[in-house]
Amino acid sequence: MAAKTLFEKVWGSHLVAEPANEPTLLYIDLHLVHEVTSPQAFDGLRMAGRKLRRPDRTVATVDHNVPTTANRIIIEDAIADKQINALRKNCKEFGVELYDVDAPEQGIVHVIGPELGLTKPGMTIVCGDSHTSTHGAFGALAFGIGTSEVEHVMATQCLPQSKPKTFRISVEGELPQGVTAKDIVLGIIGRIGTDGATGYVVEYAGSAIRSLSMEGRMTVCNMSIEAGARAGMIAADETTFAYLKGRRSAPKGAAWDEAVAEWSNLQSDPGAKFDRELVIPAEDLVPYVTWGTNPGMVVAVTDRVPDPAKAQSDSDRRSFLRALEYMDLKPGTAIEEIPIDRVFLGSCTNSRIEDLRAAAKVVTGYHVNAHVRAMVVPGSHQVKAQAEKEGLDKIFLEAGFEWREPGCSMCLGMNPDILQPGERCASTSNRNFEGRQGAGGRTHLVSPEMAAAAAVTGHFTDIRQWEFKGEEVLA
Amino acid sequence: MQPFRTLTSVATPLDRVNVDTDQIIPKQFLKRIERTGYGEFLFFDWRKDPAFEINQPRYKGSQILVAAKNFGCGSSREHAAWALSDFGFRCVIAPSFADIFHSNAGKNGILLVTLPEDQVQTLLDRAATTEGYKLNVSLEDETLIDDQGFSAKFSIDPFRRDCLLEGLDDIGLTLRHAAALDSFEQGHNSKFWLAARSQ
Repeated sequence: MAAKTLFEKVWGSHLVAEPANEPTLLYIDLHLVHEVTSPQAFDGLRMAGRKLRRPDRTVATVDHNVPTTANRIIIEDAIADKQINALRKNCKEFGVELYDVDAPEQGIVHVIGPELGLTKPGMTIVCGDSHTSTHGAFGALAFGIGTSEVEHVMATQCLPQSKPKTFRISVEGELPQGVTAKDIVLGIIGRIGTDGATGYVVEYAGSAIRSLSMEGRMTVCNMSIEAGARAGMIAADETTFAYLKGRRSAPKGAAWDEAVAEWSNLQSDPGAKFDRELVIPAEDLVPYVTWGTNPGMVVAVTDRVPDPAKAQSDSDRRSFLRALEYMDLKPGTAIEEIPIDRVFLGSCTNSRIEDLRAAAKVVTGYHVNAHVRAMVVPGSHQVKAQAEKEGLDKIFLEAGFEWREPGCSMCLGMNPDILQPGERCASTSNRNFEGRQGAGGRTHLVSPEMAAAAAVTGHFTDIRQWEFKGEEVLA
Repeated sequence: MQPFRTLTSVATPLDRVNVDTDQIIPKQFLKRIERTGYGEFLFFDWRKDPAFEINQPRYKGSQILVAAKNFGCGSSREHAAWALSDFGFRCVIAPSFADIFHSNAGKNGILLVTLPEDQVQTLLDRAATTEGYKLNVSLEDETLIDDQGFSAKFSIDPFRRDCLLEGLDDIGLTLRHAAALDSFEQGHNSKFWLAARSQ
């Protein structure tokens, strides 16, 4: 039998039909639903008199526009409130399990899927959100869809899909100290560009990827879409199984062993052919900071704002100049000399327990700079509870961070958490587009450790030079 | 879905690379639960600039947008396609499009035409310099022409082309395979390791 890639194995086990001259019909194992991209889909079902085919394969939560303040049962934004109420009503009518604002399971959809054990190796997973690629960290094929497709999955539990190409990106070797999963993916996007993987499913491989925790793997897969990829995937291994074991929706007992046996096949066979390959030595990676208005506009923290004269084409140069103007930056400015006003630690990219632990370690014994407003928004109630159990909330609060309720928050600013015009933010999120965190706001993407360090110093700071005070404080 | 066959319209140039869906329709307009009414918010922040192409009277009523590479990147929000369509655009021409936007556009009767970068640049230049510059696009013939001698063949996925030409609804098309779906699902249900919830 021909050697297969991980992607081909998952794709091949979900083929409902392959009609001639039409896209393949791909079966969907898990459909995650949230308030923003679902109301029009539920409406479509109602108008056509269709049912939700598999409520048991559908799970909903509220994350995009929920406030992150303590008392959030009453939502002041009337339009957001209406949208959340629409989801409540729709879930009730169609029999979908909903994790509402006050449920212990609530959180960012891409944080709770894995956390509850809903996300499993070998699955096909969709959600009306481009960062669905996160779930690929488990060896699943997971991708974002539009609302028409949400309706399609609701009605049929499958999707017409043309087969993407495959792209293996191998990061080989040991990651240098201070270089995180976030830096791996920023480094990749910086190399291939924001459309570098368009049309492909990326498989991340190599020893540096295998050495990552599940949280790290999710961070890498999460930002696949920022390189244009349809999805990102990482082979399932012992790290994956150890994370999943015992989680609420994971198989138990004898079924667990059988499931692991099935999942153990979920890696690319030796000799499997990819349409494209890229190898990156881990030692070449550094802590990165984005300077512009897309995630491909990224440099090392020790570098300077680049010169537009180096752009490769006229159109790139114009976009470069526009980005500099929007970001209010001058070429040649040292990244470490750029002062910031805000820090956002959160989002489906970096709001998991490990992210919070890493950031807390940096701020222990320090205080947030007097000119900076910094907030931590845990990815879910479970993450928040775990962090509080470990005392991380106290470390953040003592250091002057705000400690908030879970949601997407300032990653996209659909709730009240936004930047004011002109404010500059060190953010652990995934997009630095114009106005993403608030009209006129300026976003720089960084790792949680780098965000924490910037919060303390008030400007971007090389985490590799950081003086950790943790042990001193504990002693 | 409204069928798409041929279209002649003034072309609006948007010569910016990597136009993301956050620019096409910013997040504050995603809280609505309707499918319509997004047109007035299309390119909301950029339209604050009176010189922005879409604000210029010469492009009023235009149904064809000529854009640069990687148009529609970023978020999966179908609101971007709804906003373009609601504003009146029925066709976007660019050297490349982001995947999810590509799919969303097709499902809303918007034809996306991919052409080589130099050809798109010609169209961008002409649309910017020639007052009343028009393009004619025929999906039936897969051709794009202007009255200054520009003529290009384009190709789109034959299935997508048929859906656009006939205005076909995807769910209806899928349900033609209901028997295959039932039979696949029956076998697939026994794979408990791929079930959403533990048994």
